[in-house]
Amino acid sequence: MTLDWINFTPWSSLAGGALIGLAASLFVVANGRIAGISGLIGSLLQRRSEGVSEAALFLLGLLIAPLLWGLFATLPRIEFHSGWLGLIVAGALVGIGTRYGSGCTSGHGVCGLSRLSRRSMVATACFMFSGFATVYVLRHLLGAWT
Amino acid sequence: MIKLSAFIAGLLFGFGLLLAGMANPGKVLAFLDLAGAWDPSLALVMVGAIGVAVGPLTWARRQSSSLLGRPMQLPVKRELDPRLIGGSLLFGIGWGIAGICPGPAVVILLTGHWQAIVFMSAMLAGMLLFTALEARRSH
Repeated sequence: MTLDWINFTPWSSLAGGALIGLAASLFVVANGRIAGISGLIGSLLQRRSEGVSEAALFLLGLLIAPLLWGLFATLPRIEFHSGWLGLIVAGALVGIGTRYGSGCTSGHGVCGLSRLSRRSMVATACFMFSGFATVYVLRHLLGAWT
Repeated sequence: MIKLSAFIAGLLFGFGLLLAGMANPGKVLAFLDLAGAWDPSLALVMVGAIGVAVGPLTWARRQSSSLLGRPMQLPVKRELDPRLIGGSLLFGIGWGIAGICPGPAVVILLTGHWQAIVFMSAMLAGMLLFTALEARRSH
């Protein structure tokens, strides 16, 4: 294993993580809700009436964050490595997988691990494992730059 | 108030993802690429996030309602079922292909990249498929 020291951003990643933790804390302490993005989107799609406006407003904040950021500073680089087919397959798998698995990186990874949920620990281990494995297969066995 | 706090929480979450580098699929893939030039930054995102959230979430577990008087809605399921494991494995495959998970997918949607729109459309289609299959299962 070689470390990519050039692109390693320990402080901004730690600070960004702390901000994510603060947001998740605010949502649970003030609203009593778990800041799980796939779950919030899913609740909008299922049109459950209860708590829908909170979910919608949280997602609205998420959506306009880069626009507000862009008013004061240049946005960080956003680079894609997949073509349209890869994006479609990936998006579909993320959509189906997070709904069957009841959560994603935010709900299981941040909130679930923070409340020491056994289900979230198992879920996080599963998607980390298949994430690492998928990149290994695509980049190093198939030689695709994804 | 609950609407304002929900909005501010979402905004902060978005700023956090941007600052952390999570909104850049290339950086996420560099983190997932253990056998390449590995960028461990995103492990520190988890450290920072959990470090801050563990106190408030531990507090929340012992409460029946939030500070603004809303019912505390924490997951109650405890069993490790095949849906949890299979779903999470599928999610990880999709995450490994494009380097995008649901939070960043929302954050990058309005930044002018066509890829973000394609990914979001497919993700919503996947979620709707789940909803449709669930509705059929319960009938």
